[in-house]
Amino acid sequence: MDMFFYIAALVAIISTVMAISGRNAIHSLLYLILSLLAISVIFYLLNAPFIAALEVIIYAGAIMVLFIFVTMMLNIGLEREAEKKWLEPRMWIVPTILAAVLLVNLIFALKNVQTIPPDKEAILPKQVGISLFTTYLLGVEIAAILLMAGVIGAYHLGSQKKKVKHRFLEIK
Amino acid sequence: MLTVPVETQILFAGILFFLGLIGLLVRRNMIFMLMSIEIMFNSAGLVFIIAGTHWKQPDGQVMFIFILAVTAVEVAIGLALILQVYHHFKTLDADAVNNLKDQN
Repeated sequence: MDMFFYIAALVAIISTVMAISGRNAIHSLLYLILSLLAISVIFYLLNAPFIAALEVIIYAGAIMVLFIFVTMMLNIGLEREAEKKWLEPRMWIVPTILAAVLLVNLIFALKNVQTIPPDKEAILPKQVGISLFTTYLLGVEIAAILLMAGVIGAYHLGSQKKKVKHRFLEIK
Repeated sequence: MLTVPVETQILFAGILFFLGLIGLLVRRNMIFMLMSIEIMFNSAGLVFIIAGTHWKQPDGQVMFIFILAVTAVEVAIGLALILQVYHHFKTLDADAVNNLKDQN
């Protein structure tokens, strides 16, 4: 099982380096998604399957889609000819290899899981839920307030300011 | 069962954190800076999960869920601010937004 950890860690580090050193924002975001998927494999290996699922769904799914959406909305200096350049092997070979390594890693890990008995020491989502809604109930409520503030703040900041003038002050 | 020493796992999380820190300090594009902050958040959560697995307590995973909520809010507000900055300054360079005086 240790081998899987090291492979996933290597994929995560390489794709993170590519993400922070890239020139094109979209490419960097796709590398970052790959890095998050590799970290999710590590969560799975660390006996936290629930968190691994959350990482894929919320981080790699929701948050990164938000990033990509904004990047595409800003549409920073994209040209038509650039699309031809992206289809060169140089552009897609590295992420493809990294993703393939991760896939092979996952397949072998799943095969191993069938042969060994289920881990008795694994922390089940049930325990996490019980702890979340008893010990950390106050934290859940504070997180709810934070999310509410986030919704209002994002709405306020995201709305385009209209120039409001009184109708008597309007210049005709 | 994973037999990788905890020190190695923490080291991996530390490497990820410092990659995010380097990205935050080096890059001037605001989207990249926000991405680097994401990497740092994520590695902090990884440390929580590692510790939770090491002590066999669910608290680490609970903390990760809280980090997830904080991150979601931070990204939403950050991206809304980036949109506003781009609308005003027509650039994403963080150094361009260094004056506090009114533009008009």
